[in-house]
This record gives sequence, structure tokens and C-alpha cells, in this order.
Amino acid sequence: MRRDRLRVIGVSALLGLAFLLLWQGLAGLQPAGRGIPGPLPVAATAVQMLAHPFYNNGPNDKGIGLQLAASLGRLGIGWVVASVVAIMGGVVLGLSPTLYRAVNPYVQVLKPISPLAWMPLFLYTIKDSSQSAILVIFMSSLWPTLANTAFGVATIKRDYLNVAAILQLSWWRRLVTVILPAAAPAIVAGLRISIGSAWVAIVAAEMLIGGTGIGYFVWNEWNNLALTSVIFAILAIGVIGVLLDSALGRLSRRLAYTE
Amino acid sequence: MSYLEIDHVTKLFPAVEGAGEVCVFRDVHFKIEQGEFVTMVGHSGCGKSTLLNIIAGLERPSAGGVVLEGREIRQPGMDRMVVFQNFSLMPWMTVFDNIRLAVRAAHPDWRRTRVDQFVQRYVDMVGLGGAERKRPAALSGGMRQRVGLARAFSTEPKVLLLDEPFAQIDALTRGVIQDELVRMWTASRSTVFMVTHDVDEAIVLSDRIALMTSGPEARLAELVDVKLPRPRSRAALIDEPEYLRLRGHILGFLVQGARPGPGQGRGGVAPREPENYDRFPRGYPAAPLARTASQA
Repeated sequence: MRRDRLRVIGVSALLGLAFLLLWQGLAGLQPAGRGIPGPLPVAATAVQMLAHPFYNNGPNDKGIGLQLAASLGRLGIGWVVASVVAIMGGVVLGLSPTLYRAVNPYVQVLKPISPLAWMPLFLYTIKDSSQSAILVIFMSSLWPTLANTAFGVATIKRDYLNVAAILQLSWWRRLVTVILPAAAPAIVAGLRISIGSAWVAIVAAEMLIGGTGIGYFVWNEWNNLALTSVIFAILAIGVIGVLLDSALGRLSRRLAYTE
Repeated sequence: MSYLEIDHVTKLFPAVEGAGEVCVFRDVHFKIEQGEFVTMVGHSGCGKSTLLNIIAGLERPSAGGVVLEGREIRQPGMDRMVVFQNFSLMPWMTVFDNIRLAVRAAHPDWRRTRVDQFVQRYVDMVGLGGAERKRPAALSGGMRQRVGLARAFSTEPKVLLLDEPFAQIDALTRGVIQDELVRMWTASRSTVFMVTHDVDEAIVLSDRIALMTSGPEARLAELVDVKLPRPRSRAALIDEPEYLRLRGHILGFLVQGARPGPGQGRGGVAPREPENYDRFPRGYPAAPLARTASQA
């Protein structure tokens, strides 16, 4: 077990090193001062940025920590509200086969729409760019959780509901002690997919709305032709994505059960 | 008026293939007295579990009804607890919380400490002390059904419905848990309706045994009195002539008499062969059969 682990870490480190060498090599082929910067300048920028992540020199010059915090704030609001709505809606759909089938065609049409496609409508109706971005997050987080919750609730074993019926549990206790825990693994799987797609959507949304956020930061640094900052921001987006996913992965392990 | 009356219950299911309905059982009628332990024995498909679900209120009869203490059963309720063949414990809850769910439902006005003490009493009663914090998946089948029995008895129901409760438990543990069931039943004096296809189990546990013919279109063929003194010990019963007589009688019925008569195809309404009357004269419910004969 332990040896396997060491081997995996070793191979992983080698692959990373190979990538860095390849990157360095390709960057070195280009004339100095042009083309893609190599790993060393990016690392230098990273050190510099991480040394002062929360500085604030006005609207166009903020630390990466502040930018990420702004994005995570929008993500948090949009994702939490969408999750609450999706879980409630999913429970209702999961408990009513008729409603499930009646609503399903609409969900199927709405699901493949890029959340960014809603942006003009949101901007037009609420006339606030930051709130529009939050609504984009809301739209991107809604469907995976809704579909998974409905499926999870619809496939709860009849026996558990029979026990709840025999014990004459109130609808609230039935929801809290039987339906939600029974469907929890499916619900969390939906939450995990939706937080991933929300994190993907926020970068694009912030490029459009400007102001603050990691997406805006990437676009701003591109306008400054500061490619080392762009590359570092890309890495930061990836790392935050992994952290979000692993947090929900831990939640899903806690709520999993074996029959 | 009897305590629990299964009043001419018929159950039809929509046919799997084509239109129409399949009759699982027809015109089942018998009464159970308070504190009595009645077991229904029959082959798979005779609808005995369906009948149990109807008494539980989880299914509705197609005709007839079930009356408990003069009131017709229309929905599930805490006065009728079910012990399921597959245990049906909540897998995300601990042993303690599974029983606690039932106790809280039975006594919503109790304080937490009182509920917990009560739960602990039933945990200890079925010998699960030390396993309270385990989840069902970590327990053997026997242990899980102990939780199932504790959950059912902890609500102190009027009627206990046991749906092949020992079918998924290994033979050695089965006897031990059956003894625990008898002990708890004796202490609680609740009324028990059990469904099984294990003849020995039925004889050891029951006051009366209801024999069903094979489905579809199953019928209650006979109610057998088990006049063996309690407490019954398995070891002593083996040499008891009455036990052997009952065993031979019921096994004989299951091998021979439970077969559907000629012409009784799937879903068809078939006439009853009259010689069945002679084969099992004791306690044979004549009225329902006569009615069917006129229908056919």
C-alpha cells in the first residue's frame, strides 16, 4: 500500500518535472522578450504576488488574494442559493413521478444552455453587473444539483419510506431524517458537479463584467500584456478548483452509507 | 367482536402482460384475538406478504377490508409495526438512532433523556449493548434483525407484523432470535401476525397457523391450532407426537394440497375441486368457497 503510494508520487513528480523542462525548452526557443514566458519568470511573478496577496491600489491594481476572494464571494452566494433552490425543487420532483416527467423536458432544454448566454438578459433586467455575474453562477449551479436530487429522491428504497409511513413521521421529520439522508450521496454528487461548473463560469462572467474577480484579473493582465501574471492566475484558478472539489469530496465521504 | 379481523380480503394486481388483472388471493377471511400469535404459511406467490402489507396499511385491498378494534385500517400507523425480511433499517443511522427514530415517533412529548433511556432498554433487551454506535452495515444479519425487533417492540404496538423476519438469518442464530422474539412477545402481550414459509418456525412460535393454497388466486385453506404448551423448547418438541403430527400435516398440505387445482391457470378464475374439502376438513372455511363455486 505504502509502496504503491510512493510509486505514484514518484511518477507524478517526474511528469511534473518533464512538463516544466519541456515548457522551459519551448520558451527558450523563442526570442527574448517575446512569446510565452518560461516557468522561471512565472515563478518570480508568483513569489511577488503571493508576498502581497491583499494589497489594494485602486480599481485596476489589487492583489490576487483580493481578486480570488471576490470571485469566491460571488461563487459562494450564487452556488449556495442555487443549491438550496435545486435541492428543494429536486425533492419535490423526486417525490412526484408526474411532476418529474412533466418538468423534465423543460429541464432538458434549459440544462445545455451556457450560463453566460443568460448574461445579456440579466444585465438588461437587473442593470447591475456584479449581481448579473452572481445570477450566472446561480444558473450554472442549478441543473446538476436539481437533476441529481430528483434522481436521488426518486430512487430512495421503498422500504425506508414505508418505515417513515408506519412511524407516521411529519413531513418535516420525514424530509430531514429519511429523504435527505437517503438521497444525500446523489445530492452531494450534484453539488460537486455544480460547484465545478460554477467555478468555470465565474471566470468567463468576470471577464465580461469587469471590476473585480479572478476572471477580470486575467483579462486585465492580458491587456497589460503581463503574461506571467496570466499564467500564474490560471494556475491559481486550477488550485482553487481542486480545493473546492476536494472539500465536497470529503463531504460526500461523510454522507455515504452502505446498505 | 374480534380484535383483528381480516374480512374477506381480495387482492388484484394489474397483469404484467396484456390487459386485465391477476388475482393474488381471493376472499381471505379469519380473525385474530388479542395477544394471539398467528402465522401464515404458504408457497411463494400466494400473496402472504401482500396480505401483511394490507394489514400494515401499506397496500389497499381490492375487496374486503381489515378491522382492528372495530376500526377499518386505511393507512399505516404506529399501532401496527412491521419487522421486514430485509430489516429495512436506515443505513445512515446508528443502531441507537434507528431505534430512537421509532421511540421519538411514538412519544413526541418525551424529553431527550427519557427517550434515550427507553431506547437503551430495548438495545439491552436484544443484547446489542456495545453496538449502539455501529451502523447496520457493520452488523451481521442476526444482529440487524435484533435491531429490527427492538425498533418494532420499542413503540409498544398493538399488532406486530413479521414479514419472513428470519429468512435472511443463518440457521443457528435463527433459533436464538426466535426465542428472543417469544420472550419479548410474552412480556408485551402484543398481537402478532407473521408470514413465513418455514414450517418448524411457524409451529414453534404460533398459537394458530393459517395455510394458504398456491397463487395466483390463492385461498385460505385451513387454520391449524397449535396446542403445544408454552414455553416451548425446540429440543423437547422434537419428540413430541403433537409436534410431529402438525409438522406432517402442514408439510403434507404444502406438498400436495397447496397446488392449484386443474384448470387454474395464471390469472384465470378457476373452479375449486370439491375433494379438497375432504382432505382438510378441520376448520375449513366453507362459506367463501361456496361463494366462489357459484361465481365460477
